[in-house]
Amino acid sequence: MLRFPKIRALSKPISGPAMSEVELASRPAAGPSARPLLRVDGLQGWYGESHVLHGVSFEVGEGEVVTLLGRNGAGKTTTLKAVMGILSRRSGSVTYDGRETIKLPSRLIAQMGIAYCPEERAIFSSLSVEENLMLPPQVRPGGLTVEQIFELFPNLKERLSSQGTKLSGGEQQMLAIGRILRTGAKLLLLDEPTEGLAPVIVQQIGRTIARLKDEGFTIVLVEQNFHFAALVADRHYVVEQGRVIDTIPNRELDANIDKLHAYLGV
Amino acid sequence: MFELLGIPPQVLFGQLLLGLINGSFYAVLSLGLAVIFGLLNIINFTHGAQYMLGAFGAWMLLNYLGVGYWWAVFIVPPIVGVTGIVLERVMIRRLYHLDHLYGLLLTFGLALIIVGFFRQFFGVSGLPYPPPPLLTGGYNLGFMYLPNSRAWVIVASLIVCLATWFIIEKTRLGAYLRAATENPTMVGAFGINVPLLVTLTYGFGVALAGFAGVLAAPIYAVNPNMGADLIIVVFAVVVIGGMGSILGSILTGFGLGLIEGLTRVFYPEGSAVVIFVIMALVLLVKPAGLFGRSV
Repeated sequence: MLRFPKIRALSKPISGPAMSEVELASRPAAGPSARPLLRVDGLQGWYGESHVLHGVSFEVGEGEVVTLLGRNGAGKTTTLKAVMGILSRRSGSVTYDGRETIKLPSRLIAQMGIAYCPEERAIFSSLSVEENLMLPPQVRPGGLTVEQIFELFPNLKERLSSQGTKLSGGEQQMLAIGRILRTGAKLLLLDEPTEGLAPVIVQQIGRTIARLKDEGFTIVLVEQNFHFAALVADRHYVVEQGRVIDTIPNRELDANIDKLHAYLGV
Repeated sequence: MFELLGIPPQVLFGQLLLGLINGSFYAVLSLGLAVIFGLLNIINFTHGAQYMLGAFGAWMLLNYLGVGYWWAVFIVPPIVGVTGIVLERVMIRRLYHLDHLYGLLLTFGLALIIVGFFRQFFGVSGLPYPPPPLLTGGYNLGFMYLPNSRAWVIVASLIVCLATWFIIEKTRLGAYLRAATENPTMVGAFGINVPLLVTLTYGFGVALAGFAGVLAAPIYAVNPNMGADLIIVVFAVVVIGGMGSILGSILTGFGLGLIEGLTRVFYPEGSAVVIFVIMALVLLVKPAGLFGRSV
């Protein structure tokens, strides 16, 4: 499939640290020894007739934040969609919490506790902000309360009665993330949550992801901005031509920076 | 009493009332079409036949089982709705991934079959449905005589229209429906059973048609062709109001009924075409309809 290169406001490093060094150091570094919550093995995926994923394999331990890095069209978004079960066709193996999901429809995958925040945010224009926030049904106990979500994103509280799509891009992103925190889902699939947002909002999203990790959420993040990814992730998987071609632990990122630049074509 | 442009008030208000009655049917029927089109993207040409099924349902209950009108009002719409659910599950469901045109062809074909079936067994001369005692008689309002049966149709359709609007715009279920109309994939990825929502929505839209049919039974003759005559006008109403707009179809339904009634008073020759003339004008100015969101 042909994808045009997107224009990115934020392909350069974020000016100033998005999080303090202390904040970063205090976060527990989940090792690869953490129990795998999501295990993707030989995942193939198609958009209609075009074969996009050619055997993606990776693992995410419980409580980990991992990123999928790669160029445009490498298959990162498609991988998230395939995990969520919203591709027209997929094969291979995706196990969540030890259970195989490859044959399940997305509705049942969601009910197991996986939630997806798409790149285009998918805020519903015929719903108010409040309705958007309350739309996803609770699938498991233990989600954040609405009060906790307002604590993370105070802007939302003031705009509850607005039409969903009348929000700014940053607020829409907060709403798109906020609404899946209520549901009790433990695994969050976030597709480029910082895309096209102002640096100050990117920092807020970064703090939020760190907070969610502390709360015990497991997160798969698709990012183009690896400077942002480096601040929040435990591990990076490099995706190219529908496969995972390399794994880089975050603490070895500096040593691998040249290799990563080559992968991403920066 | 006063006269308006040489028209006696009894005639004027009588025609306005008639317009309002027609408008009630337009509103309930176009509302069902709008709900179905919004979520299913199917132009439900079977709608007229399903309206006819509602009227025949009431007639059969009365003549075969001795069940009266007031029970029929509650029993028949769900039954007609269930026939819709069966159609959706067995046939219509298979067309969602195809062009609009296929849904139109299927539902049009189904309408022909259903109407043909009833024509075969009941003929086309029309069957009488006696109004229940409560609906005979009426009130003299001073400027006009208001028959109870007419007042009931207007009140009942208003209640059903407002209830439908409330469910869709103000409840959690309605939020699911609106969201699924916009982006069914994402709603499914939240764990909501979209195929079930689609089936129930179709059943609900069809039940609305059945409800209109029950209301029509004591007023018009119960006739296999009753839906085919009405549905053409209702499609014009839907086009004027804007495909898929809930409030739009209610307001346009009642409004156009009134306009039709007025035309019958002042220019009777034009009453049969006035809605289509309005449709043409609206399409020239606002192709998405008065309340439709342009895509």
